[in-house]
Amino acid sequence: MINKVVSNIEKALQGVESNMTFMVGGFGLSGIPENSIAALSKMDVFGLTCISNNAGVDDFGLGLLLQRKQIKKMISSYVGENAEFERQMLSGELEVDLIPQGSLAERSRAAGAGIPAFFTPAGYGTEVAEGKEVREYNGKPHILESALTADFAFVKAWKGDTAGNLIFKGTARNFNPLMAMAGKITVAEVEELVPAGELDPNQIHTPGIFVQRIFQGEKYEKRIEQKTTRKRD
Amino acid sequence: MALDKNQIAQRIAQELEHNTYVNLGIGIPTLVANYIPKGIDIEFQSENGVLGMGPFPFEGEEDPDLINAGKQTITTLDGAVLFDSATSFAMIRGQHVQLTVLGAMEVSENGDIANWKIPGKMVKGMGGAMDLVASADNIIVAMMHTNRSGASKILKQCTLPITGVNCVKKVVTNLAVLEVAENGFQLLERAPGVSVEEIKNATDADLIIEGEVPEMKL
Repeated sequence: MINKVVSNIEKALQGVESNMTFMVGGFGLSGIPENSIAALSKMDVFGLTCISNNAGVDDFGLGLLLQRKQIKKMISSYVGENAEFERQMLSGELEVDLIPQGSLAERSRAAGAGIPAFFTPAGYGTEVAEGKEVREYNGKPHILESALTADFAFVKAWKGDTAGNLIFKGTARNFNPLMAMAGKITVAEVEELVPAGELDPNQIHTPGIFVQRIFQGEKYEKRIEQKTTRKRD
Repeated sequence: MALDKNQIAQRIAQELEHNTYVNLGIGIPTLVANYIPKGIDIEFQSENGVLGMGPFPFEGEEDPDLINAGKQTITTLDGAVLFDSATSFAMIRGQHVQLTVLGAMEVSENGDIANWKIPGKMVKGMGGAMDLVASADNIIVAMMHTNRSGASKILKQCTLPITGVNCVKKVVTNLAVLEVAENGFQLLERAPGVSVEEIKNATDADLIIEGEVPEMKL
């Protein structure tokens, strides 16, 4: 077994520098690497490019890095929940590349799978297609999208083992397995870290080969963005 | 009487086919799930990674690890499955999800849709909308016929940045059911008590009208 465990968050983030590109897993605030983000927001790293489906909210998730103006560029699909983000974007302080969500997922997966580019119908005929090669397949136009990679990928799982194998829970899986594949160094934080051999190999979602460092997060706030409920009859 | 948002959802629910997978967008489309006709079995897909989505949880049973694409807490039904975003969009792009219902700011007579950006004003992003409209066999738009300032959202050509081209099949508004036909919008049904003339006046695009236009049945 190759042991991927780092004893603390400082070691997990070793090598992080200004002007790097990070991938950050999560959908909304669900499945975000809370501990890594909190630690990054206290470090003096700036000029970052962050690839993440969303940009957190004003005071949580990637919003913490935006507040300190650590992010130079965001690559996301939907950023509607963050007022500070919108302000920085409209004022030109923050560079933003909005891309279709499925393309974001597939571009991450492709990078990890050794596929440099692929054709997709998503975005054809829109601003997203500007400057991109168009080819027709099965009578339908498709645009060329390239793989997205990152110096670091920060992901969060429910359970992990010392070999770096990961199991996710619920819809907190989302982009995490794909970004884990795409990162040059993938840092996985988990709610529960167990010795190798304890997780059933049949149940593992992300093989440890895609994970370079793993640690158990200190605590998880798991904030809910839209609490919706129904009444009991 | 023009329809309210729930009635638009109710009318769209009549379009649901037995044993199909359906993706509902945020807003009016979400309400469609409340009006599934008897005898019709549907599985709802949410692009953040769930198929077999159920109703909202009971108070106190919300799970932060279980949300829909609108970031609302949800539940899962028997037979549900969870997956990553690449698998989710494989279902969508691969046309395994048969129907997409989504909201729009504008729809044009050749089936273009604009619903993701107002330049200089609203910059929230397209989320999964571009992948959804580029792929689904059947795309129905649920929206109000006119915007807040009273201007038609049914246009000859979209004025806002588009989300997808030639993709919308049907539009259900508070006033009418329209089909995107080869030569433009065909008026299929009108809201109860709303005249063809009223619909024409509220519509920027030309309407194809064949014979008597029936009232919607809700």
